[in-house]
Formats: sequence, structure tokens, C-alpha cells
Amino acid sequence: MFKLETRNANLWYGEKQALKNISIGIEPNSVTSFIGPSGCGKSTLLRCFNRMNDLIENTKIKGEFLLDNTDIYDMDVYELRKKVGMVFQKPNPFPKSIFENVAYGLRIVGGKDRNEIKDKVELSLKNAALWDEVNGILNKPALSLSGGQQQRLCIARTLAIEPTVVLMDEPASALDPISTSKIEDLIYELKQKFTIVIVTHNMQQAARISNKTAFFYLGELIEFDNTDKMFTNPQNERTQNYVTGRFG
Amino acid sequence: MRRKEKLIEVLMICCSFVTILTTAGIILILTVETVKFFSEVSIIHFVTDTQWTPLFTEKHYGILPLLSGTLLTTTIAILFAVPLGLIIAVYLNEYASPRFTAFVKPILEVLAAIPTVVYGFFALQFVTPSLQKIIPDLNGFNALSPGLVMGVMIIPYITSLSEDSLRAVPRSLREASYGMGATRFQTAFRVMVPAASSGIIVSVILAVSRALGETMIVAIAAGQQPKLTFNPKESVETITTYIVQVSMGDVPQDSLEFKTIFAAGLTLFVFTFILNSLSYWTRSRFQNKYE
Repeated sequence: MFKLETRNANLWYGEKQALKNISIGIEPNSVTSFIGPSGCGKSTLLRCFNRMNDLIENTKIKGEFLLDNTDIYDMDVYELRKKVGMVFQKPNPFPKSIFENVAYGLRIVGGKDRNEIKDKVELSLKNAALWDEVNGILNKPALSLSGGQQQRLCIARTLAIEPTVVLMDEPASALDPISTSKIEDLIYELKQKFTIVIVTHNMQQAARISNKTAFFYLGELIEFDNTDKMFTNPQNERTQNYVTGRFG
Repeated sequence: MRRKEKLIEVLMICCSFVTILTTAGIILILTVETVKFFSEVSIIHFVTDTQWTPLFTEKHYGILPLLSGTLLTTTIAILFAVPLGLIIAVYLNEYASPRFTAFVKPILEVLAAIPTVVYGFFALQFVTPSLQKIIPDLNGFNALSPGLVMGVMIIPYITSLSEDSLRAVPRSLREASYGMGATRFQTAFRVMVPAASSGIIVSVILAVSRALGETMIVAIAAGQQPKLTFNPKESVETITTYIVQVSMGDVPQDSLEFKTIFAAGLTLFVFTFILNSLSYWTRSRFQNKYE
């Protein structure tokens, strides 16, 4: 059984078709990478899973999108987004304290118990491998952290709402190599508890961290297979060309 | 060619000096006349006496009644305008379609273009009688009605500036909030408004200083009775109304009575100057918060 699934997904931004007949199934507790050149639809598909595309005007979506075999359009969108968390390309902490950033998701569901919130904030920061760096400075503004720390804070913030899926849209593309490797280690850890889908431009990153890789091109899903097979023995010529760096 | 350039530069400097000299001139005259006033009336008297009767035979020079009238009408205006103006800004920014916003914002800004004398008449002839149906013991001249109308007048200031600063909040913050399952309302009031708070504070400060200095509405509808009261049902006189009353009347130019308006004017100027500095400070303090 798949954690996330799409069947014949199509999406248009106005006149332009961004996704063409995409059917893909994502297994629970795995890391799946979406790769492909810019404008290939990988981010768009990612944003379908938590219905972030709803926020963009003039978007038309057709096809089935399933979370645990339930159509996500039959679910309350706010409940869906609590189950399917998202980490964005650029770290986007709120202009609040470190603590309040992580507590945000708990507060919006009406969390009042101070000790419970405190415990969950601590746990989330530990899960995001940030606790040791921010313990003792939780009341400092989140924007005073470094870029890499901010991104892990955003991951902690997402983990605090206890999602089952975490979508990551190029989470390390704005970070230096050391911060990137920390995020990658973290993703490897998080796989135990969460299903992770990550969009990346970095082929080595996809190869390092993901169980399965999907290659997109011009809105189509070209190939989807185990990561080692995708990088060593792809079936499609375009995949071959892309992963070997001949185009893209 | 170089001489022409130089000439243009000099002309431009002259233009900017017009504003600087005007400001300096106003401050100078206000200060000189106020100093003359305080050579005859003690400043302690001025800030502690609870009566303001320079035009009567038994003279008192306490600014407090005028100040209370000014603060009362301003407070009413702000209490009315800030929640309403902010809610409209949030609605336009977070809920309304861009087409609706493009349609409504200019209409709202028309409110700021209505001559204040029209507002004053509206307060006296329409709002006060309407309020009297609900509050029977409301005085014909009162602080409540011009306060509310002044509130309507400053709504566009608050809405327009607040909406601008809400719009300047990076899209990524809104996405972060929605991405965590927050509703529009939660996103608006827990993320967007706090993130835009510096701009919103500036808009409120400017609105306060606009309300403090507003003359026509209060002169028409609040009455001319300097009274140390915070009862909105009563008739009050604001600093601006008093200045109008004296400068339009037949008070001799170099009398002590006439000098009172400079002392009153300087008091008002001190308040608005503090507010403007505060808004300048807020703006520079919170600039570049996201980069």
C-alpha cells in the first residue's frame, strides 16, 4: 500500500499544462527524490500533495490524489496540511522567537498546556538535530540563527505538528555544504518515522539520500525506480542523459 | 554647460530650503511668542490649572481642559478607526480577490479626500442627532460624534498603510503558515499582522497625529467649552478649536489673550513632533527585518 499516490494527475496554470497524466505511488517510511530540469513539474507535483496549489489563482487540477488511500480533496484542507508537512526552498522562519516558531503549529490547534508545548518543542528540536545548538537561547529571534540552523528550525516546526509525510522543496539549495550535509543526515534519520518526498536539483544528493527517484521532464513522469537503478542503469535515454549531466 | 548645471543645482537647493525655512520659521515664531506668554503666566500654572478662561474677566490659563478635549476626541477616533481600518486591511490583503481590492482601495481613499468641513457638518447634522436617539442625554455638541466621524476620516490612512506593509510581508511566511494547516484567520492574525507590525504601528501613529491636529470637524461638532472631562457625551473644546476661535475673533494681536494660542499651538506641536519622531524611529528600527 502506498502512503501517497496520484492517478492521472493533470494540472494547468492558466493555459499552461504543468503536469501531464502523472501516476506515481510513494511508499511509507521511505525517501523519494523528484529530479528534473527547472520547469519540469516536480515542485508543482510536490505542492499537490498538501494542496498548496490551491493558493495560486487560475490553477486547474484533475485526477486523483490519495493520502493513505483517501482522496485528499475529500479531506479538510487544514487537516491534510497537518498530516502532510512542508519544508520550503528558502528557510522561512516566522519573525518570532525560536521557541514560538516551533510552538506555532501547536498553538494553532489550540494547545494551551505550557508544559506539553515545552516538551513537544524540545522533542521537535531534538528530532531536527538543532536542540544542542539552541538550548538556552530559545527566546532569541529565529532570524538571528544561521541559514542552515533556520532551515533545521523550519523542519522542527514542521515536525512539531506530527505529520506522517514531510514534503521538502529543495531544502538545501540555499545552504552551504556543511549545513547541507547536516540536513541530509537529518533526512536519513527522519525516514524512520516519516515518509519523505524531496525535490532536488542536486543529483548526488538524490543518490545519497533517497530510496527511490522519479525523473520528470516537461510535466511528464519519465521514469520512476529505485535510486541505484536510476543512476546506474536507467531504462529511458532522457533519464540517462540527465543523470549523467549531458543535459538539464 | 557647466554653469547651467550649477544653476539648476542652486535652484533645487532653493526649493528644498523653502520647506526647511518654513518649518524653522514656524518653530521660531511659536517659541518666541510662547516665551513671551510664559513671561506673564507661570508655566506651572499652565500645566496644572484645571480651568482655561483667557477670554473671561476671571482669567485662568490651564491647558489641561483643552488637552483633555483633544485627547478625548482623538482617543475616540483611534479606538474606532484602528480595529476597523486594520480589519479592512487584513480583509483586502488575505481574503478579497485582487480585483475586489483594486476596486475598493480607491473608493476608500476617497474618504481621505472629502473636505473636513463636510465631515464636520455630517457629524453635527447627522451623526449627533442619530446618536441622540440611542443616547438621549447626549449634548448637542459632544466629543463622541466628531470623534467617531474623525475615526471614519482616518480609516483610509490606517488601511492604506497597513495594507501596504501586509503586502510587503514575504510570501514565504504566508506559505509556511498555510503549510502547517493554519487557517486564513490564523495566518492573518498570528503571522501576517505581527510580521507587518512596524508598518501598522507607523500607520496608527500617523493617524493619531492626524487626529490630534484635526480642526474643522471638532470645531463644528464638539463645541467651544473648555472642560476638564473625559465624558464623551459632553461638549469639549480642543486645542485646535481654541486657536481657530481666537484667531478668527476680535482679540487684539499683541495682547496676552492672543499669545495664548501660541502656547496652545506649541503644546500641540510638541505632541505631534513626538509622534512623528516615534514613527520615524519605528520605521528605521524595523527596516530590513527579513534580509
